[in-house]
Order: sequence, then structure tokens, then C-alpha cells
Amino acid sequence: MAQATFEEISASDFFYRNRDIAGLTNPSRSIFVAIREVVENSLDAAESQRIPPDIYVRLSFEAEATPDTQIYKLRVEDNGSGIPPRFIPSAFGQVLYGSKYKLKQARGTFGLGGKMAVLYGQITTHQPVFVTSSTGQEKIYSFKLMIDIQRNKPIILDRKVIINKENWRGTIIEFTLEGDYLRAMPKIIEYFKQTAMVNPYANLTFVDPKGRLYKFIRATTTMPEPPKETMPHPYGVDVELLQRLVQITEYSNMADFLKGHFHRVGEITAQKFLEFASINPSKNPKKLNHEEIVRLMQNLKKYKDFLPPDASCLSPLGEELLKAGVAKELNPEYLVVHQRKPSTYAGHPFIVEMAMAYGGNIPKRNNFVIYRFANKIPLLYDEASDVSYRVISAMNWRRYKVSPDMPIAIVVHICSTKVPYKTVGKEFISDRPEVRREVANALREVARQLQHFLTRQEHVHMEKKRLGIFSKYLPKIAQFSTTLAGKDRVPDIDKLLKSVQKYGAEES
Amino acid sequence: MAQKKAKIVEKKQEVLAGLKSFGNQIYSQLDQGIFPTINMPSRSTENITYDPNLRQYILGEKSVGRSARNIRHIKPFTQLAWAAMFSNELTSQRKTSTLRDVYYSAQAYEMTFTDQQESNNIITDLETLTGFAREDFNIFPEERSAIFGDLDIGYTVPGYEGKTLNLTSHPDGVLIGPALTSSEFIGTKADKVIAIEKGALFTRFIEENVHNKHKSLLISCGGQAPRQTRSFIRRLHDELGLPVYILTDGDPWGMHIAQVIISGSANAAHLRELNTPDAVWSGVWASDIVEYKLPTDPLDEVDIKRLYELQKDPRYQNDPLWQREIKLFLKIKRKAEQEAFSRYGLTYIVDEYLPTKLEQQSNGKNGKKN
Repeated sequence: MAQATFEEISASDFFYRNRDIAGLTNPSRSIFVAIREVVENSLDAAESQRIPPDIYVRLSFEAEATPDTQIYKLRVEDNGSGIPPRFIPSAFGQVLYGSKYKLKQARGTFGLGGKMAVLYGQITTHQPVFVTSSTGQEKIYSFKLMIDIQRNKPIILDRKVIINKENWRGTIIEFTLEGDYLRAMPKIIEYFKQTAMVNPYANLTFVDPKGRLYKFIRATTTMPEPPKETMPHPYGVDVELLQRLVQITEYSNMADFLKGHFHRVGEITAQKFLEFASINPSKNPKKLNHEEIVRLMQNLKKYKDFLPPDASCLSPLGEELLKAGVAKELNPEYLVVHQRKPSTYAGHPFIVEMAMAYGGNIPKRNNFVIYRFANKIPLLYDEASDVSYRVISAMNWRRYKVSPDMPIAIVVHICSTKVPYKTVGKEFISDRPEVRREVANALREVARQLQHFLTRQEHVHMEKKRLGIFSKYLPKIAQFSTTLAGKDRVPDIDKLLKSVQKYGAEES
Repeated sequence: MAQKKAKIVEKKQEVLAGLKSFGNQIYSQLDQGIFPTINMPSRSTENITYDPNLRQYILGEKSVGRSARNIRHIKPFTQLAWAAMFSNELTSQRKTSTLRDVYYSAQAYEMTFTDQQESNNIITDLETLTGFAREDFNIFPEERSAIFGDLDIGYTVPGYEGKTLNLTSHPDGVLIGPALTSSEFIGTKADKVIAIEKGALFTRFIEENVHNKHKSLLISCGGQAPRQTRSFIRRLHDELGLPVYILTDGDPWGMHIAQVIISGSANAAHLRELNTPDAVWSGVWASDIVEYKLPTDPLDEVDIKRLYELQKDPRYQNDPLWQREIKLFLKIKRKAEQEAFSRYGLTYIVDEYLPTKLEQQSNGKNGKKN
């Protein structure tokens, strides 16, 4: 997704009026979304530096607002990259502020989550936001900010500079907001638990308004490979993006334009494509009119010979980390993980990772426990609409000797430069055939392995039972027959017992 | 038929030897380091046939194996070994026991039976394997029947050795229990045995002095005669040479009580000498109902169904009497109890009916009166 130097559209105003689309629909949902957005920014900030995240979240009660809602103060501290002082006001005080034109996997999608949370806080409590940050250099900068909603501009109310004696690096953000914590609590706790599951290298601490401490300790300091930035792939562009590229491009001919702005387009591919689309390679892209841009987009989608996008822009968790995370949070009796090879939909690369866990802390219910993640974000709402839920429901489980009343948890992680969310609220993933196929294949793989485990377990169990029966009854037969035959010595049955054991020796 | 003078003590020796040889068989297999196996005749329905010569059900050629190597066999195998040991103990120490006792005793050896049926089956296995009835192992059923009449017996049970008893000593009759069935016969003045289905009529017969008037030993079956009673009747017939007459209610159920005393049951096909093939059914016949104009009840549905079953039963093929009476029951569709004779007075059955019947049947006739 292009997080880009968009011109200043009156975005603050737009989101102020349409905050529902960002998930800030009601007091309990809003407080959950606010925490989530800020925590995700912190995780991204630490991960971009390959620093194992250490995140402290405190939500404290400030005042009663309405009979159903309260004012809370939210404070989030991280040990991430920190923000250079000149960007701090815009980063928190200007909606849709971004700098990069390139693509890589990140938790945030619209570059607005954290800012929306701040904006929501301001709208509901009319209080400023406090931001303190340092990149680990000699100074720490503190800002007191508000957002000028009409003009989408930060207003700096106060600014302080402190000497960074201890070389602290990170960001602290603190603001007030209205919400309903009591109703949001289960989702918030679940959010932290699941976040800990897919971020096993993070320390998460949450102190809730009642002073209760929730602490999730990291199981490893190994971090996944960070994603590399890439250009957009020709199959994934739309007219809007082309128009903006044409405006900012420094290239003066079409061949260079294609090579310079698109993923997996080189000299030869560019030439062949221009021939295919009947475009003069030396044409100046700045001169393309609207009709020509639309035709270019259509031809980009039509042309069959672009190489598929590579997945270096993705940062999947990897089988080891996924295993560590699930093991840490669910402590299962058996755990299998599987990572699919990269695949693409509409020019966007994606990878599906799957874990299946049996027993341990997993409750026995009438259905599987499903944990859904997209780019390491837990998806907690609208489970039944999600593609994973549909694939899991449609699966013929009997084939795998698995039944929904077993204590089984299924963890699905989809990472992509553009996660195919159905809504802006980022709660469920749409049912695209390419995604569905990958999820189904991953599910079959882990189910097969679970089946092996269950079969083996049953076998071991049967074997134990069998041996138990022989060692219970054989000595009795020996004893009874000795008495009955009037002998003094009980026959030695050790050899017989051993011969039964040999049958399944490696199993027991 | 009275060719065999079974000596009670000899029989006990045979039983003990049989049990011991079973123990030796298992012991030596174990001692050679092999899983013990045993074979015995199968008691499945298809292996039970009626032998017209022996006039009882017998088991066929099919046999079943039990191996301690087989996970499904080892538990019953162990139970069987235990049952043999337990029976050996009972027999050699001259203690008696019941099927219920067996069920509970096993628990002392951590050999819990799932239910009574399971332990009963194991005892039946032991009978099949050794060819002896469980009564020979001193395991007796709970139900008891009684005998009355001029028979002198000599006890063999511990504490009573050498003592004798005349079976007219007690007017309620003497229980046919372990002490009586294990005793030896000394002498009798009776010349016949009359087995009676119901206790009430048995008491009436004693009151009416039937044992003297007709020189008979009276037996109360108490419904379906227990196995030990059936085997005791066989001994009275074989050892004392007494003919046996059976009096039951006039319905399919009474008829079958007589038949089991005569021909045995399919359940006991693995055993011998529990039946008395020469015994005869004296009544109440369907033809008696007609002849004596007895008060009756209508046959109900199950009675009729039972009659059709009996009609096909091989045990009902060897004497035309059975088929004739079944047909008549089905024709008149009525039944009568033994007590029905009371319409002619309390002593009519003893004074009129019984003498007529005995006379007819001792002459070997199964026909109608006159």
C-alpha cells in the first residue's frame, strides 16, 4: 500500500465525519481499536530496527463521562526506533501523513490507525496528546499536540528537549479518550494474548484501569527477517496510482518509467510490454492523458508475461517463531506448523502460515478454537465471515480422524503487502480464490500431521493397555495353575511378558 | 437303565482329577515358556443337536480355542483358571457354594467379574471343559426343591458321615440340597417316583398319604426343576430302578417342565445324566381336560405361540403323545391347573385321577381312559 506524500486533502475532517469506517463505532469497540492501533505502531517501530519489542500499556480511569462511558488515559511506551523530532508533530497530528512510495509488509494499512486513535481521543475529550520520543541520540523531545481538524494540521502547544543521559530510545504516547472498558475488556485481553502468540519475541505489559497487571513474556529474541521495500507490481496497479506516479516521476520516457516504478520489470520486459501495448518507448510519461492512462492500466493487467512478484517484501513469522509463540500461549500437547510458499492475488504477494495445536490449555468445545492473524495482527471480530472460517467449516474432518469436539486450536496467519480485508475495520479477510486455496492447502497439511499424531497416540494408548492386560493376567494364570496342579514352584513367565512387549517396544 | 451304581466318593475323585489335569496342562505349557491354550466343544447354537439315541441335546464336533496369547481371551482364560482353582478348593475341602458366591469370591483375587452373567458363563465353560456339572464342584443354585418318601440315605458331608435319614422324617419334605445329593442310597420301599410341578399339590399328596397308598417317593419341582433335582431324579431311576411319573399343570409350560426332566435342555447340552429319558408325563393332559371336564382358562397368545414352538422342537418328536396333546390344546384352546381337580373334592385327584393314570402308564399305555 502506498503510504505516500499525498497532498493534504482534508483527511482529518473526512475521518472525523466517517470514523465508523476505521472501526471506531461505539465506546467499547473504540477503546479496543485505539489500544490496538497504538500498540501496532509500537511493534512496527521496534521491528523495523530488529529490536525485540518491549511494550508497556497502561489504561487509567480519569472521570465518568456518561452513565455508560468513562474517560480513560491511555499511555503506551515502546523501545522502537523513535521518531526524529521534525516528524513528530505530523506523525501524530496529521491524518494520512506518510513519506514512502514503496511497498512492504507492515501492520498499519492506511497510515492512519494511530492518528485516528489520537483524533478520536481529541474529539471525545478535547484534550491534547503528549508524545515523547528519542532515536537514541543525545536528546529526548516532548511535544504537546492537538489536531486542527479543518486544516488537518498539527498544533504544537508545547515542546521540550531533555538531555538523553541514558541513551534511551523509543516513543511514549499519552492521550485521553472516552470509552467503555468493562465491556471491551475481554477483547482487549484476548488481543494481548493473541498478539503475544504471533510476536513471541515481544514483551507485552498491560495495566488495566483496576490496576490489574497482564504480562506476556517473550519466548525468544529471534526476530523474523524484516521485509524489503519493493515497487508495486504491474498486476496490482490502479488508475489512481498511475496518475500519481505520472505526476511525480523523474523519468522522461516510457521504458524507463516502467523499469523505474514497477516490481519485476526490466529492460526486456519493458520493451516487450510496450510493443504489446503499442506504446512508443520514448514517449514522455508526463504527457499521458487520462484515456491513455486507463488504457495503460488495462494493458498492464492483460499482459501475461510479467514475472510474479517475489516475496522479499513479506515478513512471515516463519515456522520456528510461530511454533514458539503458539507453544508459549497454549502449551499444547501436540503442535504442528506449516508455512506455504509465497503466492499472489491481483499482483499482491502473500504467504499463509498455519499452526494446529492439540490439548494443553486448549478448551474442549463444540468447535475448533480459531486464531486469525493478518500481518501479525489478531483479528477478533466477524470470525464467521472470514475466509479461514469458511475453509475450516467446509473441510471434511472425518477424513483426518479429527472432530470439532476435540481440544484443537487452529492458527492462521496471512501476510501480504495488501491484506485482502473486506472492510476498513480490518476484521476479516475476504474469500478470494487464491487465498482460499492457500489456506485450504495449509490446513490439509497440518491436519494430516495431526492425524498421524492422533493415530500414533491411539496406538501407544492401545499398546499400553494391551501390555497392562498381559502383565495383570499372566501372573495370575501362573499362580492359579500352580495351586491347581499342586506344584511348589510358580513357572517363570518373564520371557512370555517380554515377548509381548517386543511387539511394540519402540512405542512404549 | 440302572446299570451304573455311581459311588459318590468315586465321583468326587474323578472330579478332582479332572480339575487337576486342567491345572497341569496350563502349568506345563507355561513352564515350557509357551502361552497356554485350551480347547473345548463349542456351545454355539449351530453346534447343539438333539441325539435321539441318548434322548437329549448334545454338542457337535465344533470346538473353540482359548489362548492366553490373545488379548481378548486372556481375561476369560484367567477367570477359567481361577474358577478351576476355586472349584478344586471347594471340592477338596467339601465346602459348598453358590453362583452368587463365585461372583463375589473372585473379587478377593482381583479377578472382578463384570456381572453375574459373566461369572456364570465361566462356570459353564468349566463344566464344558471338564464334562462335570457345577454341582459336582459343589457350586449349587439358590433355588431348592424337596423330596418326601420312604427312602433311607447315608450322608457323606463332613460331620454327618455315617449318619442316616429316612426321608419321611419331616412332613414338609426334605430339601434337595448339597447334603442330600451327595448322600448314598441305602434302601427304599417305594416302587416309583412322582415329580410334582407345584409345592401345594406336593403337600396335599403327603397329607393324603400318597407315598404309602401308591408306594412312591414324592418330589416337589417348584416350577422348572433345578439341575440338581433333575440329576437326583436320574439317580433315583438309575440306582434304584424306579419308574418316574411327572405331574404338571395342563398347559404348554407344564408340559415343558416334564419334557426338561425327561430330555434335558439345550443349555445343558455339554453335560450328561441331568435328564431321565425313561420318565413319563402323566398329566394334566389336554385330553384330561376334556375327559374330566375340568374348569379351564382360555389359552392366551403366548401360550399358543409356545405350543407352535414345541410342536417343532425335536424333543417332542420321539413320542406320539406329545404331538397328540399339542394338537388337542390348539384345538380346545383351553388350559387347566392341577388344582382344577378340586371341583370334584379335595381328594379326587389322589383317589380317582392318580390311580387311573398310574395304572395306565405302568402298563405302558399312553392312550385315553377306557
